[in-house]
Amino acid sequence: MIFIQLFIAFFEIGLFGFGGGYAMISLIQGMVVTRYHWLTVSEFTNAIAISQMTPGPIGINSATYCGYTAIRNAGFSEITGIFGSLTAAIAIILPSLVLMILISKMFMKYMDSPIIQDVFSGLRPAVVGLLAAATLLLMTPENFSTPSDPWTFWISIGLFIATFVGTKLVKINPLSMIGCTAFAGLLLLY
Amino acid sequence: MYWTLFKTFIKIGLVTFNGGYAMIPMIEADVVDKYKWIDKDEFVNLVAIAQSCPGVFAINISIFIGYKLKKISGAVCTAIATALPSFLIILLIAMLFHQFQDNKIVASIFAGIRPAVVALIAVPTFNLAKSANINISNCWIPTICAIAIWLLGVNPIWVIIAAGVGGFLYGKYIRPTE
Repeated sequence: MIFIQLFIAFFEIGLFGFGGGYAMISLIQGMVVTRYHWLTVSEFTNAIAISQMTPGPIGINSATYCGYTAIRNAGFSEITGIFGSLTAAIAIILPSLVLMILISKMFMKYMDSPIIQDVFSGLRPAVVGLLAAATLLLMTPENFSTPSDPWTFWISIGLFIATFVGTKLVKINPLSMIGCTAFAGLLLLY
Repeated sequence: MYWTLFKTFIKIGLVTFNGGYAMIPMIEADVVDKYKWIDKDEFVNLVAIAQSCPGVFAINISIFIGYKLKKISGAVCTAIATALPSFLIILLIAMLFHQFQDNKIVASIFAGIRPAVVALIAVPTFNLAKSANINISNCWIPTICAIAIWLLGVNPIWVIIAAGVGGFLYGKYIRPTE
């Protein structure tokens, strides 16, 4: 049953995943955390962290990771977990395979049509909202602690601000930034 | 031929970070310059279409090229090749992480990384708002979408569908009469 849900969830994510990897994070979150509760918010954030630190597209990385973890969290064995990650990865690729082949075969010339342009004029601003929602949904006590634990809370806020300023304004490489915050976590939050 | 395709896209899957646009010049170097599978103009066109399609961008572009060269079997070959390296690496990490996530050292490292990851999603939100030309007159669209998902718990897929339909209806009925 969970395999069928996993397949359908990631198939839908692949089918409606407009706007690149970050927009897809919002869709994956909507399924994996909000709808099915396969992963907690902090597990999902770990998944995104690992997806960003390793090579490969974020969509494939997080599908693989969430597929495995969802099955393991449901109490199944490692081998079953591997099938979970395979299910999610295949499901997220399948819509692309069908759509790209259809487009190559017959719809290539319609891609510039006014109707498609109109649809995208609605999608583009919405994707900005998707990313904003993904950010807001990750701002939870699980990721930042609460003011009742001021040490962890303020360090988390500080690391958030440092990473935001560091990557947006100072243009530090996101990977080095993750490395620094990992070290800070080990040093300050152990 | 299949083997060359497979090797090329494995390499692309392996070196791509953040799914993104850094790999376009790499694909171009192999597919256009080295093997001359397609010409430069067609490549630019395919990249533009792959970007606007749903799904993983790197996978979309590899399917286009695979299909162009060897039809459906070529598309399956390049799609698997692009996904395979990340699939194996992530699977390995996921298996290890599932065992070590309760370890105090690992937990403290990730307690430090998680706020950073939230910031790494916040930054592209602002960058994307700029490139999508969000201004005073249209900022209600992302605001409503974000509130629907964040506070009302609406599934983002419905937001995508509504936005697409909304854009279509706007173009068909409202813009012409303005």
